[in-house]
Amino acid sequence: MLGLLHSLEIAVGATIVGLAIGVCGAYGKLYGGPVVRDLLAVYTTVVRAVPELVLILLLYYAGTDLINQVLSAIGYQRVDISGLVAGIAVLGFCQGAYSTEVMRGAILAIPQGQIEAARAFGMSPGLLLRRITLPAMLPFAIPGLANLWLIATKDTALLAVVGFFELTLATRQAAGVTKAYLIFYLAAGVLYLAVTLFSNFLLGRAEKWARRGMPSIKEAR
Amino acid sequence: MSAVEAAAVRSGKAQDGAAEAIHVENLHKKFGQLHVLKGVSLSARDGEVIAIIGGSGSGKSTLLRCINCLENPTSGIIRVNGEEIKLRADSHGHTVPADRRQIERIRSKLGMVFQNFNLWSHMTLIENVIEVPVHVLGVKRDEAIAQAEKLLARVGLAEKRDVYPAYLSGGQQQRAAIARALAINPRVMLFDEPTSALDPELVGEVLKVIGDLAREGRTMVLVTHEMKFAREVATHVVYLYNGLVEEEGPPEQIFGAPKSERLKQFIRNIG
Repeated sequence: MLGLLHSLEIAVGATIVGLAIGVCGAYGKLYGGPVVRDLLAVYTTVVRAVPELVLILLLYYAGTDLINQVLSAIGYQRVDISGLVAGIAVLGFCQGAYSTEVMRGAILAIPQGQIEAARAFGMSPGLLLRRITLPAMLPFAIPGLANLWLIATKDTALLAVVGFFELTLATRQAAGVTKAYLIFYLAAGVLYLAVTLFSNFLLGRAEKWARRGMPSIKEAR
Repeated sequence: MSAVEAAAVRSGKAQDGAAEAIHVENLHKKFGQLHVLKGVSLSARDGEVIAIIGGSGSGKSTLLRCINCLENPTSGIIRVNGEEIKLRADSHGHTVPADRRQIERIRSKLGMVFQNFNLWSHMTLIENVIEVPVHVLGVKRDEAIAQAEKLLARVGLAEKRDVYPAYLSGGQQQRAAIARALAINPRVMLFDEPTSALDPELVGEVLKVIGDLAREGRTMVLVTHEMKFAREVATHVVYLYNGLVEEEGPPEQIFGAPKSERLKQFIRNIG
């Protein structure tokens, strides 16, 4: 159960980090200068090309090593980076690349006239993002972001390889001790399934809310 | 006579010495190689209703959109409320507003109504109308709501206040968009072909609202294809042809006794 809690903590944290990166990344890709766009293109391409497991190993070991080297170089003591923070950072970094693309597509799907109207009434860029762009893109982004959230809950299992105590590692240990492999792995599967079912319920509600201004397409069949 | 001189002559004979709300001088706009506006001047004094007419591609929408810098002019002078919009050249040689805050301040005094309504689809009508007063102008929410209810009632949409735009007809959406523009208490209303996207039977209800505004003395600049309407409500008509002012004057003269051959033909074709 502690393992499940840890998994969820990481998934939530990584998704929040990923969303933040996604909003900035999408904005940068759409409205940024050539340098920003190129950098973001490299980021999204590389992260989406390399398997997550490789990225996790790379960022977890090389990343913490790098931070400690920098810290000792500027005269600070080495820090022990907690598995939780490292896990959130690493998975969030991966999620960010995918959500950048999801949000870029969603922003492009907003009728441009609505953004133009906001500019015509004197909204500043920050206000425009908060009041118009984000809420208007949400109905187009939620299906893609829901995918990312579900992937995030399962990607937490990859952190088992770096020894972080999450659901999969907890299961393996429990199964190894008791030799009741079938029971424990089935139970873990059921827990992941439960998380997904509960998420689907909440995401369905969220999508319905985000689409509040849009007529149902059922009648247009 | 150059366009600048023409503007000077025109503003010299404008009535009552009313203050000039919008002043455009020698405006040029290029989209790449395409030279859309080739030195247009325009002036709107308080209480005037300026109708801009012209064929498709004549530059009339571009002219209107340059006034609030939705399109950045390539060169020329734009003054709103006597304040000149500061422009500068960016690193690519495009002209851009030099001061974002100035543009935002000027835009919040110009009530723009679009061809495609452009209401915010995630907000109900009342939320659409209070959005700019509350979040840009800093009006208190309950005051903004009270005012918005009056405005919606005025355009005949009081009972639709909690409906989302997608559930309304084009005519209703455009009337709501007019209420949204009025809510900022604009110095000038800008209409960009407000009836061009509407079904013919819905045009009348929107024109009636705009006509009422004109009659109560609101300053407006109106790009339109509705010649009969322009003749009724405009105090001054500008005929654009190929990026230049081909002819302008009071509506009786423009529609009753046009001088330019092109204008004569335009009125024949459209009437």
